[in-house]
Amino acid sequence: MRAYWRQVGWILWKELRAEWRTRQTVTSMAIFAFLVIVVFSFAFDPTRDVTRQVLPGILWIAYLFAAVLGLNRSFMVERFNDSLLGLLSAPMDRSTIYFGKAAANLLFVLLVEALSLPVFLALYDVLPDLRLEELLLVLLLGTLGFVEVGTFLSALSANSRSSELLLPLLLFPVALPVVIASVQLTAVLLAAPAAAGAVAPGWAGLWSLPWLKVLLVYDGVFLLLPFLLFDYVLEV
Amino acid sequence: MHRRLFRWRLAVAAAGALMLLALYFSLVYAPTERTMGQVQRVFYFHLGNAWNAFLAFFLVMVASIGYLKTRSRRWDIYAEALAEVGVVFTTVVLITGSIWGRAAWNTWWTWDPRLTTTLVLWFIYDGYLALRASLENWETRARLSAVYGIVGFVNVPIVFMSIRWWRTIHPVVISLSGMDMDPRMVPAMLASLLAFTLLLGVCTVLRAQISQSADALQSMKDAFRQD
Repeated sequence: MRAYWRQVGWILWKELRAEWRTRQTVTSMAIFAFLVIVVFSFAFDPTRDVTRQVLPGILWIAYLFAAVLGLNRSFMVERFNDSLLGLLSAPMDRSTIYFGKAAANLLFVLLVEALSLPVFLALYDVLPDLRLEELLLVLLLGTLGFVEVGTFLSALSANSRSSELLLPLLLFPVALPVVIASVQLTAVLLAAPAAAGAVAPGWAGLWSLPWLKVLLVYDGVFLLLPFLLFDYVLEV
Repeated sequence: MHRRLFRWRLAVAAAGALMLLALYFSLVYAPTERTMGQVQRVFYFHLGNAWNAFLAFFLVMVASIGYLKTRSRRWDIYAEALAEVGVVFTTVVLITGSIWGRAAWNTWWTWDPRLTTTLVLWFIYDGYLALRASLENWETRARLSAVYGIVGFVNVPIVFMSIRWWRTIHPVVISLSGMDMDPRMVPAMLASLLAFTLLLGVCTVLRAQISQSADALQSMKDAFRQD
């Protein structure tokens, strides 16, 4: 078991080093997320109250669309120089490749979120009534769910020549529960009028909604499914 | 061979006869609904299609598991056939539901859990077909689409529950306490349910036979090229 996690660690380390050499994925994702937020502020006037209703949605659309950019590259880059064949011939369990890549993608997307969240909050001026700790937890759980499915489906679509077209088509319907739950929780935390009903402050209030549970169940299910099915995706 | 052909023709004839019977029950025998009027009659075909669309997608998952276990071309052919027919059925469900909703709720669409889940299913299996279309080698196509066929269906309950918590207004026609409808409407419902189940079977087998013919043709071509 410890050897297994050490192998996952190696894959993660490889991903981080490869990314550090170009810094291409994270930079593109961050700029894209920032761009989406700015484009939305032209579409929905940030100085108006109505905007607060669509704010959680804008935030998650920016993050998830940016994440798709990175996820698309996750397995595509392995196609050059037969790197994927190299990875597959390593004497390791195939699922370590999945977990290593998923961990790397999670870190990349979280980094993008950390960079753009302050900008976003400042641009839309939601700083006063912010519940930061809870918001960070929601960002973590929501991103985890999306990245888990996204990494898995990225491996799946990388076999196709039109994988950039295919991945969003496969990913968004399957990731829908994450989108709903994350947006709802964020709406509650940003005290947006869109939030369904009044919720008691603190963790208990948050837990009384179904959404944290949805995220936990989803994250759990999509940790298990790739573990069971990933070997079939990466057959030579 | 003759016996198989006979059974096949019997199934097609039965599906056709049942469809006519379902039409009679839905359009003539069943009473006109008091508030919604004649439009409510679309419900019988709506239900028949909805039930079978879900059945088709469930069977896609079964065939997908079957393929991954046995690696037999047959399972893959059936998964593909069921997904294609399922998407067509789902399209009919969405359209008939929309017509019904216009009469019952005065709107073409609402974001109710069942409607929205059906729409998401439609997207998932569109994705499934797009995935199949983009892969050329049949074994890769069979393997990867089988994985997606499993993931897509396992996800359905989570999608349904999350949309349900999100909002709900779909009428519950059949509940544990029995059916909330005129007894003369029941034969129409059952007949169209059965008719569309048979139609699903017939369409699936027909679609699978096209794939099998294409395979046979391909192997003939290959044999000729070798000579």
